[in-house]
Amino acid sequence: MSVLVIAEHDGKLLKPGTTNTVTAAAKIGGDIVVLVAGHQCADAAQAAAKIAGVSKVLLADSPLYAGGAAENLTALIQMVAAQYSHILAPATGYGKNFMPRLSALLDVQQISDISAVVSADTFIRPIYAGNAMATVQSTDKIKVITVRATGFDAAAESGSATVENLAAGPDTGLAKFNGQELSKSDRPELTAARIIVSGGRGMGSGENFKILEALADKLGAAVGASRAAVDSGYVPNDYQVGQTGKIVAPELYIAVGISGAIQHLAGMKDSKVIIAINKDPEAPIFAVADYWLVEDLFKAVPEFTTAL
Amino acid sequence: MKVLVTVKRVIDPYVKVRVKSDGTGVETANVKMAMNPFCEIAVEQAVRMKEAGIVTEIVAVSVGTMQSQETLRTAMAMGADRGILVEVAGEVQPLAVAKLVKAIVDKEQPKLVIMGKQAIDDDSNQAGQMTAALLGWPQSAFTSAIAVNGDTADVTREIDGGLEKLTIKLPAVVTTDLRLNEPRYVTLPNIMKAKKKPLEVLKPEALGVDVALRLKTVKVEEPAKRSAGVKVADVAELVGKLKNEARVI
Repeated sequence: MSVLVIAEHDGKLLKPGTTNTVTAAAKIGGDIVVLVAGHQCADAAQAAAKIAGVSKVLLADSPLYAGGAAENLTALIQMVAAQYSHILAPATGYGKNFMPRLSALLDVQQISDISAVVSADTFIRPIYAGNAMATVQSTDKIKVITVRATGFDAAAESGSATVENLAAGPDTGLAKFNGQELSKSDRPELTAARIIVSGGRGMGSGENFKILEALADKLGAAVGASRAAVDSGYVPNDYQVGQTGKIVAPELYIAVGISGAIQHLAGMKDSKVIIAINKDPEAPIFAVADYWLVEDLFKAVPEFTTAL
Repeated sequence: MKVLVTVKRVIDPYVKVRVKSDGTGVETANVKMAMNPFCEIAVEQAVRMKEAGIVTEIVAVSVGTMQSQETLRTAMAMGADRGILVEVAGEVQPLAVAKLVKAIVDKEQPKLVIMGKQAIDDDSNQAGQMTAALLGWPQSAFTSAIAVNGDTADVTREIDGGLEKLTIKLPAVVTTDLRLNEPRYVTLPNIMKAKKKPLEVLKPEALGVDVALRLKTVKVEEPAKRSAGVKVADVAELVGKLKNEARVI
């Protein structure tokens, strides 16, 4: 058995999720090879070589892979896929984009968003927004899998794998990358943060998120939001925590003005400690909270910030 | 140009699902069903493009049981011109769905396929990208804006850190994200009109597609429950608990 892990990176560093995916690969067993595909990404390949348990890193450095568009990336992976029993990527916006395309090219039914490895062909994955856990067994020759990072610890950085160059694959010419507009923030990334402060519809406006930002900055936390807050236009979609947004499991999750819709709980209920502040004593969020405070958030949040 | 949109019938997103006691799945008998929310956004997008004069015909496609005809009628009430149901009695997995959609695309020759990014029942997030792969077309997954310019489309995609912009060749497959649009409510006159629109029912065999399951569901269980928490009286008590009991700040 040999497992190929597709690394998510920004050219220099690996994105959170990649090392957790390597841990999932280690649970499956066999040799672990990491593919770093991108443009000017040799540093990321060196970072991948340091992950414990990795035997080899393949570096495909070409303008064809700038931005990670799915068409050319999957054409590349397809060329090497037959050498592996399993192909894994983090179940992030990056992995979720190209893995199903790869899977169909290989005529394989992908296994999405696994949270545990039972055996080399059997995995556990959440369905219905995490309200049920399905154990599924794959009958396909190659297992194509996306990995929920919160289900696995990050692998250590004690490895020293070799880096080999992998020649670029074909240019499909199907899509042209015109750039990214990344949210600029000095705060940690949601999926990597130790503490997250999230706001919901109860915030009332985007302007009011400033009180959460002040609290987040005191705590060194990331700022997130519920789908309701995104739908209402208070904050951009990349803030969204939930079934259709990001899945997080920080040490501390602070839910402010969030009622606790099923789809939001799906994204945060594996957090270690959850606190909820809501003026509605019946808010469903309290059912998953370790500590809850029934109070007007516009009073409680500034008080909280001052108390730290 | 012609557009094909796909719609899936799922358990209503506001219903709390229950795992069956025999561990074979979740309870669907006597449970309220609805169109998958991301499919609603897909239909809405197609209808807006028709209203803007870019699209001439909208074909709605569903894969599922005979009851999925209701979901197709809803799509037609929103503005789709006709419906095609591929009738499959039991579970159907995303790769098989993608093969069925490809077979219909081969017949219908649309210039654009719009699909929801994810169905909120099995949360797979696969069928759109798979359909694009099988057709050899470009894809724009998690799309928040589309502008068609002749034989290409400029698209904006939601990515983890913000937005990504691509120009894709048409024909292409687009999957919808939340902010693409806000779907309309269907009106009674449009529901009545939708009843008269054509709806064709096909079998997978007629399309030459094998829908055998590749993933076997071994069991379905309830997730682990969190232990009950405590209510705190004020911010001072909350901060105290976080510092001294949970020790997270």
